[in-house]
Amino acid sequence: MIKKLSEFKAGERGIIKAVAGEGVIRRRLFDMGVTPGAEVILRKKAPLGDPLEVTIRGYELTLRKTEADSVSMEVEG
Amino acid sequence: MKNFALAGNPNCGKTTLFNTLTGSTAYVGNWPGVTVDKREGTYKKGAEPVKIVDLPGIYSLSPYTPEEVVSRNFILDEKPECVINIIDATNLERNLYLTTQLMEIDVPMIVALNMMDAVEKNGDKLDAEELEKKLGVPVVKISALKGEGIKELMDRAIKCSKQPRKGETVLKDSPIAHLIRDVSIALGAQKGVNAPLFHAVKLCEMDEIETKAHEELVPMVDAFKATFSDDTFGTDFEAIVADARYKYISANYSSVLERKNKAGEKLTKSDKADKVLTHKVWGIPIFILILFAIFHLTFSENLLFLNGFTESMSWMPTLEELGMDTENVGVKLLACFYDGTLYSPGVMLQNLMGWFTDLVGMGLEAACAKAPEWLSGFVVNGVWEGLASVLSFVPQILLLFLFFSILEDSGYMARIAFILDRIFRKFGLSGRAFMPMIMGFGCSVPAFINTRTLADEQERTATVRVIPFFSCGAKLPILTAVSGAILGAADAPNVDLIVLGMYLLGIIVAITSVVLMRSTTMRGKIPPFIMELPAYHKPLFKGLMIHLWDKLKHFLKKAFTVILASTIVVWFLSHFSWNWHYLSDEAMSDSILASLGMLIQPILTPIGCGSQLTRYGWVFAVAAVTGLIAKENVIATFSVLCATIAAGAGVEFEATEEGVTEIIFLIQQTGITVPALIAFIAFNMLTVPCFAACATARAELPKGKFKWTLLFWVITSFIVSAAIYLIGSWWWTAFIWLAVLAAAVTGIVIWNKKHPWKAKESVTVAEGAKEAADEAAFTEDNESDKKE
Repeated sequence: MIKKLSEFKAGERGIIKAVAGEGVIRRRLFDMGVTPGAEVILRKKAPLGDPLEVTIRGYELTLRKTEADSVSMEVEG
Repeated sequence: MKNFALAGNPNCGKTTLFNTLTGSTAYVGNWPGVTVDKREGTYKKGAEPVKIVDLPGIYSLSPYTPEEVVSRNFILDEKPECVINIIDATNLERNLYLTTQLMEIDVPMIVALNMMDAVEKNGDKLDAEELEKKLGVPVVKISALKGEGIKELMDRAIKCSKQPRKGETVLKDSPIAHLIRDVSIALGAQKGVNAPLFHAVKLCEMDEIETKAHEELVPMVDAFKATFSDDTFGTDFEAIVADARYKYISANYSSVLERKNKAGEKLTKSDKADKVLTHKVWGIPIFILILFAIFHLTFSENLLFLNGFTESMSWMPTLEELGMDTENVGVKLLACFYDGTLYSPGVMLQNLMGWFTDLVGMGLEAACAKAPEWLSGFVVNGVWEGLASVLSFVPQILLLFLFFSILEDSGYMARIAFILDRIFRKFGLSGRAFMPMIMGFGCSVPAFINTRTLADEQERTATVRVIPFFSCGAKLPILTAVSGAILGAADAPNVDLIVLGMYLLGIIVAITSVVLMRSTTMRGKIPPFIMELPAYHKPLFKGLMIHLWDKLKHFLKKAFTVILASTIVVWFLSHFSWNWHYLSDEAMSDSILASLGMLIQPILTPIGCGSQLTRYGWVFAVAAVTGLIAKENVIATFSVLCATIAAGAGVEFEATEEGVTEIIFLIQQTGITVPALIAFIAFNMLTVPCFAACATARAELPKGKFKWTLLFWVITSFIVSAAIYLIGSWWWTAFIWLAVLAAAVTGIVIWNKKHPWKAKESVTVAEGAKEAADEAAFTEDNESDKKE
C-alpha cells in the first residue's frame, strides 16, 4: 500500500518510494538521507500534532507535515 | 605551517575534537556576513605544528546554505594540506554521505571515526580496517571525548598530507557516470580548474554555483539530458546523484557495521527520556516548568519562594533588623547572599560583582583623592562606573548561558524547537526562534548570540530585531519606578498590572513586527524545518566551561572597547559645559548633554515628553540618551537630575534607590501626564537597546543590516509610544490610529496580492553566502597581509 509519510500514524513503518517537491526543501531531504529505498519509522508527533519525528538511517529526524507530504511511502506490514 | 581542515556533520563531536587537538589555543573568529564560526587553532603535539581550521558543521556540499558554501569554498580555494573528515560512528550512513562528496575533491583526506565507545556500548561492531579498504582513504578510530586515538589520527594525517590525492567518486556505477566522466575530462582540460571531478559532479547536478562558473559546459549536460530518462527520477540529476550516493553507501559501506539490535527495536535511555520530555500532554508543561526554574534561579530575589509568595507573607528579617552594621564591608558581603530574603544564585553572583566593583570604586576614589576633581570624576564615574555597569550583568548572563548551554548540549533544545514549531510557524518563523526570544527577557546580549542556531538568514534577522522588545532585566527598574510613581500620583491600577501590561505590550509588538516584516521586507517561504534530533546525553563539564569562556571573552572584549568608549563619551558630555568647564554631578543641567537634551526634546513631543513640558522637560530626553549605556541609567539619571533641579528651585527632595520619589517629583515639576509617562516607559522598552546589546546585534546580523535594524527600533518605539500617548490623552484618536492601521494592512495585503513573491530564495541564499565567503576570504587576506 502506498501512502504519504504525513499520513502515517505513530509507530508505523515503511520504505520510501519517491520524494516529490522541488528546490531547497527537496535537496535538504535528500541530504538528510530521505531518499527512495530508505526505511522510515514514524516515532511520534509533536504535542501540537506537527512536526513529526521519524527514525531514518539509524537517527532521529524531525520534519513538518508539509514537508512529509512530498514523501510517498510503501507501508510495511 | 601546514593547514588542516576539520569537516563533518553537525553534532558529530567536531568541536570536541577541535578542542582536544588545539587545547586552549582556540579563538573564535566570525566570518562576516554570515554568522558562521570558523575557528582556528594550532596542534602542537606532533613533529611539526599544524594549523587546524574548524569548518562549520554540514550535511552536504550543496549550494543552499551559507555554512555549506563556506566549507566548500574553503576546501577548494584555500587548498588545505589535508581534510580530516570526522564521522559519528553511531550514525554511519548519513555521515558517509558527506564523505562521498569530500572524496571527490583532489585533496588528501583522512576519516576519523568518532564515538566508537558508544557503538561498542550498544554491542555493535564496526570494522574500521574494512571501511578503510573500501573507502580508499585512511580511517582512524578515535574518541574525541576521551582523547583516544588522537595521536595516531594526527600522525597519519601528517603522513597523508605529503601525498597528493586524486578525487574519487562512488558514482561510477550510476546512470550518469558517463556524463560525469566526460564533463570531468572537459574541465580537466581547462586551465586553472582544480578538482575537476568535484566540479563535474556538481555541474551534472545543475548546482547554481557551478553552472555560473562553467556556463560553457551546461549545453553538454543538457544534451545528455535530452537522450536520458530514468524510471524513477526522469532527468532530475540532483536526485539521481543523491540517490546513487546513498545506494552505494548502503550496499558497500553499511556492511562494516554489525548492529546487535535493529534500529528502533530497543528503547535506549535517550528514547525513554524523550518519551517523557516530548509527551503529548506533559511535554509543554514540563518545558514551561524548566524555563521557569531557569529564570527563577537566575533572577529571583526570593529563592524558592521561601520568604512567602507575597509581601505580606514575608517573614525573613533584614540584616539591619538583626542588629548588624550595614555599612561594614563584611556585612555588605553577607548581604550579597541574604538580606531580608534569600537570593537566587544569579542574584547572589550579581551582588558579589556589585560588592567587588563598589570596593574597587572606593579604592579608586581614595587613590584619586589628591587629583583634580575632573580627573577623579573621570576615573571613578566615567571609566570605572561605566565598566562596572557592564560587569554587573556578566554573572547573570553567564549563568543564563550556562543553563541554556546545558539544555543545548543535552539535546533538549532541539526538542523545544520540535514542540513549539507549530506555534511559531504561524508568525513565519520556526520553533528554533523561541529560545533566543525567551532569553531576551533576561538579557538581550546572550539572546542575540543565541540566534546563531537559526539556519535561515531572514529568520535570524527578524529574530534579532524583535529580541529587545522582550523586556530585559535592566529595563525592569524603569518599569517598577515609573509605575510606582503613577500609582502614587494618580489613581491607577496596581503596579503589577502596569508592569505586566508593559511586558505583554512588548510581546505583542514583537509578534506584530515579525508578521509585518514577513509580509513586507522579508517576504518568502517559511524556512523549512528539517532537523536532526540528537540523542540525549549528559553535558560535559569541560565542554560547558569552554562554551562559557568563549562567550565571556567575546563579551569582555566588547566591554573594554565599544562600550567603554561610548560610556566615556556620554560621561564627558554630561560633565562638561560648552566652555570646557568641568561640572560636578549636581550641575548636570549646565552640561553639553543637557543642551543636547533640550535640542532633541521637541522630537519627543508626539510621545508627550517633549515641548509640552515647559520646565525641565529635557530631563526625559537626557535619560533616554543615558539609557543607551545601560538601561539602569535611566533611573540613575533621573535621580541625579532631580537633585540638581531641587537644588536650583530650592525645593526639598530626597532621592531613593527605586526612583519612585524622583518620578513623582518630576510629575510635580514638569507637569508630565500619566499617558506620557506610560509612553515614556514604552519608548525606553522598545527603542534602541543598550550599547552592549547593540554591539552584539551588529556582530550577529548579516552585513549591512545593522543600520536598518537601528532605524527599525527607533521608528517602532516612536510609533508605539506616540499611539499610547495620544490615545491615552485623547481617547477618540484611537479611531484615527485604527483607520491608519486598517489602511496599512489593506495596502500591504493588496500589494502582496499584486506582486506575488517569486521563489528565488535558493539563488539569493547561494549568492549571499558566496558574497560572504568572498568577503571572508578577503578579510583573511588582509589579516595575513598584516601578519607578514
